[in-house]
Amino acid sequence: MTRLNEMTIVEAARALRARECTVRELWDACIKAIEEKNPELHAYLEIFPADDAAIAAAQKRIDNDGEKAPLLCGIPLAIKDNILIEGNIVSAASKMLENYRATYDATVISKLKEQGALFLGRTNMDEFAMGSSTEHSAFGKTLNPHDISRVPGGSSGGSATAVAAHLAIAALGSDTGGSIRQPAALTGLVGLKPTYGAVSRSGLIAMGSSLDQIGPLAKSVSDAEILYDAIRGKDTLDATSIPEGLYEERKVPQQFRIGVPWHLLREGVDADVLAAFEAMLKRLTNAGHSLVDIELPTSSHALAAYYVIMPAEVSTNLARLDGIRYGHFSNGKTLLDDYINSRTEGFGEETRRRILLGTFVLSSGYIDAYYRKADAARAVLRREYRDAFEKADIIAFPTTPSPAFKFGEKSDPLSMYLEDIFTVTANLTGMPAISVPMGTVVRDGKKLPVGIHFTAPHQAESVLFACGNAVEKAF
Amino acid sequence: MATTEEVKKLATLARIKLADAELEKFTGEFDTILGYVGQLEKLNLPQNVGGEKPPLRNIMRKDGDSHAHAAHTEKLAEQFSAREGNALRVKQIIQHD
Repeated sequence: MTRLNEMTIVEAARALRARECTVRELWDACIKAIEEKNPELHAYLEIFPADDAAIAAAQKRIDNDGEKAPLLCGIPLAIKDNILIEGNIVSAASKMLENYRATYDATVISKLKEQGALFLGRTNMDEFAMGSSTEHSAFGKTLNPHDISRVPGGSSGGSATAVAAHLAIAALGSDTGGSIRQPAALTGLVGLKPTYGAVSRSGLIAMGSSLDQIGPLAKSVSDAEILYDAIRGKDTLDATSIPEGLYEERKVPQQFRIGVPWHLLREGVDADVLAAFEAMLKRLTNAGHSLVDIELPTSSHALAAYYVIMPAEVSTNLARLDGIRYGHFSNGKTLLDDYINSRTEGFGEETRRRILLGTFVLSSGYIDAYYRKADAARAVLRREYRDAFEKADIIAFPTTPSPAFKFGEKSDPLSMYLEDIFTVTANLTGMPAISVPMGTVVRDGKKLPVGIHFTAPHQAESVLFACGNAVEKAF
Repeated sequence: MATTEEVKKLATLARIKLADAELEKFTGEFDTILGYVGQLEKLNLPQNVGGEKPPLRNIMRKDGDSHAHAAHTEKLAEQFSAREGNALRVKQIIQHD
C-alpha cells in the first residue's frame, strides 16, 4: 500500500471514508515525512503544531457525513508563506515581515477551513514572490527532490517541493508570472493559475495586483480541480474577484483543437524538452485530438511588457512597508531615516532591484516609453489570444524552455527573468493556465521532470482540467 | 545608459539606501534589463489599441455592515513599532530648526 503521505487528495479522501486510516494518522504521516526530509529540503519555513480540535472535528465530520463530507475534509495541506492564516507568522520569506503575525484569514483559508482542510505549515518562497528558484528567500533556499543540486523553481518552490517530496498531500501557491506553473513543471506536479479574479486575493500579500492569483500545486489534475473548486468564487473583500459567467461560456469538447504557436518555439527551447513536447502532442493526436498552427506575434514581447508592468506594481505595493505600523523597524534620527533604515534592512537584493526598476518605469519622462507601451502591448496580446481561440480550444507550449537548473546557475537577473518567458502571458491576459507533467529529460544522469502548458479562454478552467486529464491518460 | 547618479536618485525616491558597491552593480544590471525591455520601444502596435470596455471594472461597493467597534484594535496595535496605549507613536514630523 502507498504510504499515507504519498496519497493524492482523491486517494486520501477515499481512504478516510473507507476507514483505512484516520485523519490523525494521515496528519502524523505527513509530519513524520516532514521531520525526516525537511531539514535537508527546506520546503517549509515553519511547521504548525497539530490543531487537535480541527483534526477531531474533521474526523467527526467524515464519520457522520461519509460521502457527503467535503473531499478536502481532514486533508493536510502546505500553504505558501504569503497567504494569511490568522494568528500565524506570514513573512513572504522576507526579513521585512519576519515577525509579522496575520490578523485575519485570507479568503482562501476561510474557505479551506470550512471544508475541514488542515494546515501543515508555511512554505518557503522567493522573497515577496519575486524569483524563479527560491534562491531569493531571506531564509535559505529550497532543494528540488528530484536532484538536490537543482532549484525547485519559484517563487512557490517550497510548496512544490513539499508536495513533490510527499511532505503534504497538496499545496497552495501564488502565481504572478509563472510562480505556480514553473515550479510545478520542475518538480513533476500539476499547477494551476486560475483566471484573474476567479480566486479572491484577500489575504494574499500583494506583489503585482493586476497579475497575482492564488492556485493549487497538486499530484494530479483531479486534485488541482478539487482545490480550485474549494477556493474559487466572488468575494466582497476583493473587488477584482469575478462572478460566475462573466465571460462567454466554453463547452468542453470531446476532441480538442490544440493551438501551437510554433513560431515561438523555434529557438531558445532545449532540444530534448521540445522533443518531449512533440511526443506528448503526438500522443494527444493519436488519441483523436487535433493540432492547429496559430500565430501570437506579440507574445515574443510579452516578457518585456511583464518586466515593466510587474516592477511598477511591485514598487507601488511595497511602498506600504515602512516599518511603522508593522514589519521590520529600524530606528533612525528622523521619521525619514526610520523609513529608509527599515526598508534598506528589511528588503533583500532582488526586492530592492525590482522596486527601483518599478520606480524608474513609472517616473515622469519614462512612463510613456515603458509603462504605457507595455500596457498597450498587453491589450494587443489579449486580442491575439482571443482571436487564436476562434480556431483552437486550447493553446499549448512547454511550461519552461529547460528542466530545473542548478543553484547559482542564473546569477544575472535577466537570465533568471527569461525562465518566465512562456508563463507570463497568461498573467498579462488574465487567462487561466495549467502545467501538467509531460515526461522527463536527463541531466547529469538524473531524470528531471518537464511540463506541458495549456492556456484556455477566461473562466474556461473546465477545459484546462479536461485537457490535463487527456494528458494524464495519454501516458 | 543608466548612470549611478540616476540609480541613486531612484533609491532616494524609493526610500532605500544603496551601498556604493551595490550602486555600481545595480547600475550595470539596469542597463541589461532596460536593454531587454527596451524592445518595446520598437514594437509597432495597431493604432486602435485600448478603448475596450473590460467586463469587470472597479466600482465602489455600498457600505455594508461593518465589524464591531475596536474588534481588531488589539491585534493591529500589537504589530506597531512603538505603541502608547492603542496609539502608534511616531517621530515628530515638523522640524522647528
